[in-house]
Amino acid sequence: MALPIAALAWRSTQKGGANFWDVISSPEAVAALKLTLAMAALAALTNAVLGTVTAWVLVRDDFRGKSILNAVIDLPFALPTIVAGLVLLALYGIKTPLKVDAGGVHFKADITFTRWAIFMALLFVTLPFVIRTVQPVLHELDREMEEAAASLGAGSFTTFRRIVLPNILPGILSGLTMAFARACGEVGSVVLITGNLPFKTEVASVFVLQRSASDPIGAAAVSVVLLTISFAVLLVIGGLRRWATRHERA
Amino acid sequence: MRKYLPRGIVFLYLLVILLGPLVMMIYRTFEDLGAAWGAITEHNTLLAFKLTLIVAAISVPVNTVFGIVFALLIVRGNVPGKGLLNAFVDLPLALSPVVVGLSIVMLYGTDGWFHWLPDHGVQVLFSWPAIVIATLFVSLPFVAREVVPTLREIGDEQEQAAHTLGASGWQTFWRVTLPSIRWAVIYGVVLTTARCLGEFGAVAIVSGNIDGKTQTATLRVEDAYQFAYGNYAPAYGISLVLAVMAIIVLFTMMLVKPREEAT
Repeated sequence: MALPIAALAWRSTQKGGANFWDVISSPEAVAALKLTLAMAALAALTNAVLGTVTAWVLVRDDFRGKSILNAVIDLPFALPTIVAGLVLLALYGIKTPLKVDAGGVHFKADITFTRWAIFMALLFVTLPFVIRTVQPVLHELDREMEEAAASLGAGSFTTFRRIVLPNILPGILSGLTMAFARACGEVGSVVLITGNLPFKTEVASVFVLQRSASDPIGAAAVSVVLLTISFAVLLVIGGLRRWATRHERA
Repeated sequence: MRKYLPRGIVFLYLLVILLGPLVMMIYRTFEDLGAAWGAITEHNTLLAFKLTLIVAAISVPVNTVFGIVFALLIVRGNVPGKGLLNAFVDLPLALSPVVVGLSIVMLYGTDGWFHWLPDHGVQVLFSWPAIVIATLFVSLPFVAREVVPTLREIGDEQEQAAHTLGASGWQTFWRVTLPSIRWAVIYGVVLTTARCLGEFGAVAIVSGNIDGKTQTATLRVEDAYQFAYGNYAPAYGISLVLAVMAIIVLFTMMLVKPREEAT
């Protein structure tokens, strides 16, 4: 594991630091990296919000088929990413059944070759992260605190914001960070649906994939940027873990 | 009303992002079942599935052993740099698979550090060893991540008791440690298997994607889509086989999980 990474870092600067900088500051690479970071952040944030709601429903709500719902959440982890891409193409591809063409309204849920495709694919693959980090914390959370808050006259929103949220925040943030890292590196699910148009829908990982044969040194330079992002994310997660357990360690 | 709002949001979201698309893919496969079945039973598709299964059959046991060893080192070991090791095990989770793939090319490729290997008859790149290495890399963390918290939780009192009673290190491991972490190990193995079967990015770079030789099932899906010429049923068909495998994995996870929590 260490050897390949060392080889990657070493060879990325093989043509000199100037060349390394030229590659990663080239307009196409910059566009791809910016797009990756923006889309990953957007998807991770969306899933942080909707994931928290989902975790809440899974822990606090009660209805028939909840255990099935709970199992379905893991599907994006189990499903190969390339299949995830195809699954989305089936409903939101060129042959989408979701179209309206009547009364002057033209709508077709065809998202191929648009940034919506990246967003949807990233939402799909990062769906479980926040749910799976928040769910156990919510499960352990003492409901007496909430009842106390409620009996002291706090509304349900206030109770959530002042009591529940501070408790599950570390979970949300570490899930969010993992989702962000995953989204930054995602290939399989985006490669088919986005069309990989440079400056428009080409993300950094696909940039690396497409150049891996023709321009390996250039691909290596962008890879090093992605590698740096991964290390940063791991550091953040380590920090979050320490922050979350600060009361237990003190 | 208030009670049903969160539930409604969740159902709608899962329908839009997950279940709707999945059902549509299944529908599209059965719409042109002949073409889909033809693609699944094609010789090279079967070879691709065979390769994927062989790679998984090698990678899963290797990473299970390594995962347990890493977890033991991280929790019980007394080695310097434990924190670093812990972070390192997690790296593949945060790293793009294409970066993993490219790293392997940098090491074993024509200008790589180990470029002399093919001269000695060892072909790594564009051959099955590279696929195995890439798969091992990306699926490394799962067993270790499941076992580490369980090991922390059970503590080492029982192990010390076994040791006091004269058990050797091996005996303690087989008789005391392993039985108490077995559900975590099984859960980790399930996750590892899912990852091995579904790996795309890393394998796409190192395998060379040679039809019937170094093409794995996921690469086959990509090929079937690229050469679809408007009929996506073949790609959907092969995908569906992979999806069924994923659902089997998911089902195993469901069976394992409650027991893990019960102990």
